[in-house]
Amino acid sequence: MTATAIPTSATGVDVQVRPETARGAARGHNRAGWLFATPFLVLYVAFLIGPVLIGLVISLFNTTTVKSGVGSWVGLSNYAEVLSQKDFWASMWHSVLFTLLTTPLLVLLPLLFAILASRMARKQWFFRLAFFAPYVVPSSAVCLIFAFMYTPETGLITNAFSWVGLTAPDFFGSTSGAWFAVVLLTLWWTFGFNFILYTAAIQEMSEEIYEAAAIDGAGPWQQIRMITIPLLRPTMGLVLMLQVLASLKVFDQIYILLAGGPAYSTRPVIQYIYDTGFTAYRGGYAAAATMVYFVILVVISAVWFLARRRNNPAKV
Amino acid sequence: MDQAGKLFNRLAATCVTLFALIWLIPFLWALITSLRPNDEIAAHPTRPWSNNWNLDAYRSAWNSSPLGWWYVNSFIISTLTVVFTVVVCSMAAFALVHLDFRGKYAVFALILAGLMLPTEALVLPQFMEFRALNLLGTYWAVILPSIALPVAVFVFHSFIKAIPIPLIEAARLDGASWWRIYLQVVMPLCRPAISAVAILTFITSWNAFLWPLLVLTQTKSQTVTVGLSSLVGGAAIQYAETMASAVLGILPLLAVFLLLQRQIAQGVANTGIK
Repeated sequence: MTATAIPTSATGVDVQVRPETARGAARGHNRAGWLFATPFLVLYVAFLIGPVLIGLVISLFNTTTVKSGVGSWVGLSNYAEVLSQKDFWASMWHSVLFTLLTTPLLVLLPLLFAILASRMARKQWFFRLAFFAPYVVPSSAVCLIFAFMYTPETGLITNAFSWVGLTAPDFFGSTSGAWFAVVLLTLWWTFGFNFILYTAAIQEMSEEIYEAAAIDGAGPWQQIRMITIPLLRPTMGLVLMLQVLASLKVFDQIYILLAGGPAYSTRPVIQYIYDTGFTAYRGGYAAAATMVYFVILVVISAVWFLARRRNNPAKV
Repeated sequence: MDQAGKLFNRLAATCVTLFALIWLIPFLWALITSLRPNDEIAAHPTRPWSNNWNLDAYRSAWNSSPLGWWYVNSFIISTLTVVFTVVVCSMAAFALVHLDFRGKYAVFALILAGLMLPTEALVLPQFMEFRALNLLGTYWAVILPSIALPVAVFVFHSFIKAIPIPLIEAARLDGASWWRIYLQVVMPLCRPAISAVAILTFITSWNAFLWPLLVLTQTKSQTVTVGLSSLVGGAAIQYAETMASAVLGILPLLAVFLLLQRQIAQGVANTGIK
């Protein structure tokens, strides 16, 4: 690399001419380090840490979302109200229920199909296309298509039920039907993400283990049970945790497809915050709900994070 | 391989292929419906062919909603987000790897903690902040909060750490400034990390829903994802037009996906961004 015209630094330290002294180098490191890190840190503090602190402050006032200003001090009464409000706990339960319904399906089905797909030497691109393409589709487009397929009487899925001799549930009018609709949609939409994580982990396994097992007379089923699944255990842990955190943050599909209905019976906690903060304009109250929800999510990821670091200190 | 093994593999192949074909049905169904006339759909809702294929629904879908504007908005927002995220996060990662500045470990811990912050939960205080800053309704309101992405810093961090240190020292001895080392030595070697972060940030930004819904309130200033959601549950008889809108909403990202399939899959596998 040739030293051409480099703008000399503001302090006049010219690295081209004078060899760096130890202290000069340390000072250069310090200044350059902060200069490089500053853009990130400014945005990070302003728009990630900032909202946490703002939420914390607002939750102690009776702020409304329509007017600027924080309103007047109400102490912890917003929190007391959130924690005693049945609607808040109902929406919390809906987020948890959604997580309980989707996590087993989205951890185990992609595992099964990633293993089966890995038994085939060719056509990997086809599975990647079929399973992963839905993941890049916007939530609203997914909901448009599924809403059409769930249409009573005429929808494709509604009719598919009668082809196999079943009656389709009322996807928009009944709570259980609505959960079915949203879980099936989510399965189709996000299946590919976990499928890719498993497929990548399987492809990293060495061929030799399988060859050795085949020579020892292990059939495909034994290979899967004794080699593939045990080696996939760390990936399963990762997928499980990413899935739990993603499912607890559900909003898009329930809001767009069902608007939390029928009669708020599927409304997730993010929509509860949205409704109280932006429809009822109770900013302070919604901020308190935000903080409660936020703390729950942070505790879950912190526990997982620490557990993972202890098992595998090398990994970030 | 013995007979039973072959049979097992064939069975697995059939099973997974069948499942993959089922996975394609929603796409195909939207496409088929969008190409049939409405009266035919009403008469035979589940018939997968038509006597009169046509593109009329696309014309009326394009004319009845400001889809063109939505495309433009989504494209500008996603592109700017990608550029800023890549530059800002790689610079921070470079500083963390190669520069010994005071407070480095505190900064590192701060970013590490950021991996655990569920930003989606913070829309309400974020909204108050942007209203106070008078940025509501602008592209910046959508772009600014998504730039400082801790995961991206760690992706770049692990890549930059793998660059041999003698390379950096040699450039230093040649008198190159840190800025130049970053631009001409480190960034070219980080190309896989750049493409992984860029592609995944683009997809995430294009598909973002709740935050753009809150801050972009004018119909014309919305993104594709937010704009399309207003069509759900709308006019129940215009099946073809609704499905045409869905297909148009899917098209740009599906094109990106088809072009960059392998890189996208690799990016997901390497980073686990969600």
